[in-house]
Amino acid sequence: MKSGSRLERTFAEGKFAVTAEIFPPRTPSVRLLHKRAEQVRDYLTAANLTDNQSATVRIASMAASRIVLDAGVEPVMQITCRDRNRMAIQADVIGAAALGIKNILCVTGDHQKFGDHPAARNVYDLDSMNLIQMLKTMRDDGRFHNGDAIRNRSASPVVPPEIFIGAAANPFGSPRHFRPYRLAKKIAAGADFVQTQPVYDLVVFREWLQKAGDLGLIEKVHIMAGITPVKSVDALCYMRDHVPGMHIPEATIRRMTGAADPEREGFEMALEMICAVKDLCGVRGIHLMAIGWEKVVPLLIEAANIVPEPVAVHRGDRPDAEIAGKD
Amino acid sequence: MIVGKQKPIEEILEKTASFGSILVVGCGGCVTVCHAGGEKEVGILAEQLELRAMALHRPLTVIPGMAERQCDTEFIEQLRDDMDRVEAVLTIGCGAGAQTLASVFPQKPVIPGLNTRFIGAQVEHMNWAERCIGCGDCVIGDFGGLCPVARCSKHLLNGPCGGSNNGHCEMDPELDCIWDLIIRKLEASGQLDRLLEVTPARNWQTSRAGGVRRQKHEDSAL
Repeated sequence: MKSGSRLERTFAEGKFAVTAEIFPPRTPSVRLLHKRAEQVRDYLTAANLTDNQSATVRIASMAASRIVLDAGVEPVMQITCRDRNRMAIQADVIGAAALGIKNILCVTGDHQKFGDHPAARNVYDLDSMNLIQMLKTMRDDGRFHNGDAIRNRSASPVVPPEIFIGAAANPFGSPRHFRPYRLAKKIAAGADFVQTQPVYDLVVFREWLQKAGDLGLIEKVHIMAGITPVKSVDALCYMRDHVPGMHIPEATIRRMTGAADPEREGFEMALEMICAVKDLCGVRGIHLMAIGWEKVVPLLIEAANIVPEPVAVHRGDRPDAEIAGKD
Repeated sequence: MIVGKQKPIEEILEKTASFGSILVVGCGGCVTVCHAGGEKEVGILAEQLELRAMALHRPLTVIPGMAERQCDTEFIEQLRDDMDRVEAVLTIGCGAGAQTLASVFPQKPVIPGLNTRFIGAQVEHMNWAERCIGCGDCVIGDFGGLCPVARCSKHLLNGPCGGSNNGHCEMDPELDCIWDLIIRKLEASGQLDRLLEVTPARNWQTSRAGGVRRQKHEDSAL
């Protein structure tokens, strides 16, 4: 076990994993995060806590991760390369490990142009590939990016962060034929699991998965298909036109346009997509991003009959190896 | 070359309003080529200042001037006589030129009339685009002669990001995704395998992150 996280154990046991995003609030509200965690606690393997999602300032993903962990939900802490350099990110990784956070998802991050602080200066010291590589080096070699051992003094024990490393993949981005190779690079860099952009186009998703299989990738990484339920055609069009990396076929838009009850239709479409992807070779789980429609998450998971087995999530800090060992 | 753009005229008028005599200085280098700070633009700007002063019934002496290269003290020295006759200098040279003026004439207020924008190339007639950010450690040889550091909005070394859409950048549908171009270029030359390896993180010490950069020619003593 690399981290011993519930997500890692779920994959190791060959079970189907279910994750969903919990969007940290903009206000310093523990209560709101607890409420969101409680809504999904019994339905998820783990929950992703986004990092200034859509380039908009929110509670930090590390703080939000610990808050949901205290509410009994295993967190997947997201890190973008947009807002922090390699020093700040490593500090966060060590801090997260100290707080008992065991899953970290590495993403490049939307450009700040799309968010609430377009006048900010971005960082992008690392790209997502370099970030994955750095986390793997920290975990597997016990070394910081500069090569120094992760310890306090030369005689102290090395204490690597025990983390399960996640990456994002967009099977629908261009150039499409290069996307499976980019997945291969992320795996080579150190990705243990992958969450994809929302799947609306099953044909393209299948092609990507097929190519990943041909390249021998699906044995090397746990792929979770992204699902985003929407309750109106406006939401679909907004995503198509304004959210980077989204690919929504015309047929999906047409179906929603013609629906008598768009909310019902949106639910059915998401459910059909879950059922279609969950049995595909290489899909080891689904990742729900129900932006603005969080309460549908438990309903979809129940309807798709993929509720994970209940497991007690360990709370609290990791055993402190440094103090336990000889210092 | 350095590409610049003249500041909005209202901003220039506001910053120069308190002076009764101004030397307007252009540069014969890059900003002449991009039609932003050459002799022609000096003439137009001088006229605009005079017209505004006349409209406000305010006395103003405007002297037009040029430096062959404003970033070179040798050429700046040639402006000394004109400089003695004015209260301030308005420059439409780049930031390097403007600061050379300021260091040669420490007593004179220097007002920048141009925004220095980027190191770029003319991609079509009268249309320039950024090509280099002066990172100090050129890597384009690994990427088909194209620079992901300067031309990817997120400086990705292992692109394209998930936002690349039909060959365009998520930032702007008019902007080519440089990673799309890099992939196609290397594919065409049978070198795509170069992109299958992870490019490690950059050492940014040679870039602006390493502090203010200087360069002395080794033969300077000769």
